[in-house]
Amino acid sequence: MSTTSVDLHAHGHEAEHAHDPHHQHHFTTMEQQFDTSKIGMWLFLVTEVLLFGGLFVGFGMMQARYPREFVEAHTHLVRWQGALNTVVLLISSYTMVLAVNAAKKGIKSKQVLFLALTIVCACIFLVVKYFEYSHKFEEGWLPAKYYSYKGDSLPACMEKSAGPEAAAAAPTTPPAPCTNGYATFFSFYFMMTGLHGIHILVGIIILTWVLIRANRGEFSSSYYTPVDLVGLYWHLVDMIWIYLFPLYYLIQ
Amino acid sequence: MDQAIKTTPRIGDRPRPRKNYLNETRGFKSWAFTLDHKRIGIMYLIGVLFSFLLGGIFALLVRLTLLSPTHKIFGQVLLTAEQYNRVFTLHGAIMVFLFIIPAIPASLGNFVLPLMLGAKDVAFPRLNLFSFYLWLTGALMALTAMVFGAVDTGWTFYTPYSTTTDGPVTLMTAAVFVLGFSSIFTGLNFIATVHKLRAPGMGWFDLPLFIWGIYSTAVIQVLATPVLGITLVLLMLERSFGIGIFDPRIGGDPVLFQHFFWFYSHPAVYIMILPGMAIISELIPTFSQKTIFGYRAIAYSSVSLALVSFIVWGHHMFVAGQSQLATVVFSALTFLVAIPSGVKVFNWLGTMYQGNIKLDTPMLYAMSFLVLFAIGGLTGIFLGTLATDVHLTDTYFVVAHFHYVMMGSTVTAFIGGLHYWWPKMTGRMYSEKWGRVGCLLWNVGFNMTFLTQFFLGSKGMPRRYYNYLDQFQPLHAFSTVGSWIIGLGLFITAAYLLASLRKPADAPDNPWNGTTLEWQTSSPPITHNFEEQPVLEREPYDYRPVVAAR
Repeated sequence: MSTTSVDLHAHGHEAEHAHDPHHQHHFTTMEQQFDTSKIGMWLFLVTEVLLFGGLFVGFGMMQARYPREFVEAHTHLVRWQGALNTVVLLISSYTMVLAVNAAKKGIKSKQVLFLALTIVCACIFLVVKYFEYSHKFEEGWLPAKYYSYKGDSLPACMEKSAGPEAAAAAPTTPPAPCTNGYATFFSFYFMMTGLHGIHILVGIIILTWVLIRANRGEFSSSYYTPVDLVGLYWHLVDMIWIYLFPLYYLIQ
Repeated sequence: MDQAIKTTPRIGDRPRPRKNYLNETRGFKSWAFTLDHKRIGIMYLIGVLFSFLLGGIFALLVRLTLLSPTHKIFGQVLLTAEQYNRVFTLHGAIMVFLFIIPAIPASLGNFVLPLMLGAKDVAFPRLNLFSFYLWLTGALMALTAMVFGAVDTGWTFYTPYSTTTDGPVTLMTAAVFVLGFSSIFTGLNFIATVHKLRAPGMGWFDLPLFIWGIYSTAVIQVLATPVLGITLVLLMLERSFGIGIFDPRIGGDPVLFQHFFWFYSHPAVYIMILPGMAIISELIPTFSQKTIFGYRAIAYSSVSLALVSFIVWGHHMFVAGQSQLATVVFSALTFLVAIPSGVKVFNWLGTMYQGNIKLDTPMLYAMSFLVLFAIGGLTGIFLGTLATDVHLTDTYFVVAHFHYVMMGSTVTAFIGGLHYWWPKMTGRMYSEKWGRVGCLLWNVGFNMTFLTQFFLGSKGMPRRYYNYLDQFQPLHAFSTVGSWIIGLGLFITAAYLLASLRKPADAPDNPWNGTTLEWQTSSPPITHNFEEQPVLEREPYDYRPVVAAR
């Protein structure tokens, strides 16, 4: 592994791109810098998939344990609201692609327009979510120990009446009917849609940041990395919803 | 070719540059806001060594408490049972999350990886600094939790105990969550760096094996740690809001927590051991002055260890009420781990065979590693085998096994690597004589402490217990005396390393005649690592003089 020396400044790309203010010193070329950023973003998205993946697996295990309860609990979700949000997010993905495309071509007005439309879609999604959540809060379809809906035809809890341990624990737990499974469904529902909602919120913030920079005319065909990476993030957030929607609203 | 000989510097054949990464800029801000991977590596090093000291003090306290079954030292009870639970939890949590996971990748790896690649920095220098501050935040949160009464759950935070016990469990798990993200970002950074910032001419199979090890580690960091993150979030929500996912009273399942936890934490032990193996793969060829035996086999074994690590988590739950089928399958998969581990050990031995072995301090640690790792690895087979595991599970046998792998192997490699790169990082040589004394004490103390615990465990001494039967006292006492010898050895090591900083810079650029690129620059390196972009021309671990190659 001995080395010889190569003069950096003789390297063609170096001289060519030396003027770009976004060029960081430890990259030889802008292309290398762009590719590296993209690898970084993809890896980050992998961690996001695994973050949600844990919850998906947990949901699957609990659904296997309470198949009937999960199907029954899901009827409390309003299907058209979920479908509306799916459509809204699909549209936002499309506008995001158009924004990235405009950034690649360096067309400022289109970048601003499509980024703004994406943000609008994200806001619509959150508004719909707000109505969904508040309805559930009113009816008492809440996680685990807060679950207080009275309308279910719940069976008596077998596990709690059996054994001396359960009898000792009885005063601290609500008496029959048993909410096991129903409550678990809503624990996961709020966990997963909540975590997804946080991601939408973060998306709005970074989209706004990119929008401001686009409005300053910072992006051109030689440098549009932030728009591209935010686009990747946004598509992932949409995709997670594409999986969440059938999982919660369309169980059979 | 004559030119090439010149760029493999020997002692004193190149004037030392006046400016290096340590003295180019000065002052607190120049460190706090630095983007230089070398400075961030040094800051991590100081942080993890401080954590090691803290975790070590707790370990000594645990051992001292167990010196006698009455727990009395000079007539006073040293720790009550509750305090004992907190102290061993702190020992475990600090050693795992604050010390050993970041120890090699974030400190030595951060310093060496870009140098070995011939790069100016890691791919994302700002993310690198951010991940250091995340680590610092997590560490401060963990310390705060300690001040406010500490947790007594063990480092594994098993439900339902962790959701019902008092103490700042939520703060502690939040700290671990933050530390997890620090680890993710380090891994992400390294993967991108290895993919995109290799020197011209450096293909994947020209990478030093240290890089292969760190790369495999990074893959696990990125893939496994998010699952720990979400598990800890669920635990925090369970404690704060009672979402009931792990609570059987409202339909949850506490074993689900164990599955989630070990889906991360089993790969996490490979986050700990793979960088250790990575260091050994550098030390052995360098101090044997012989081309590594089975380069590709070692490289692939690192990657396959990373992959296998994801499918063996169930072996932590053999007695936790997992289905028999799952138990048998996990046991069979666990044995797969032996294959890549064995491949590595035999290739290292093959490298040493007929090599020109120099017994400098780093090599002494590397050879200690081989012995200690063999013991740690072989006793793992006892625990992976179902029939023996039922007897040995949750005994001191398990404690001894994982200390042989985590401490005997990873920490030994870490100390070896620290000595190996110490001249590069600081520009100073340490006292070789005291280095050997430190290594000897480390080996004697370690084996006294933990070999004893295999006997304790197989005789039935359960782990984590405060009380024990009088018949176990001789072994416990022997183990405790061993822990003092470890302490003494580490104290001496710290003393001579720190003493070396007081003298003027005397280290040559390449004190060990290493072939990897970090030895081609000055000691300590300049801020931009290399005067000129290095280009790779020879295979790694080619120790022949350039003239002879002609």
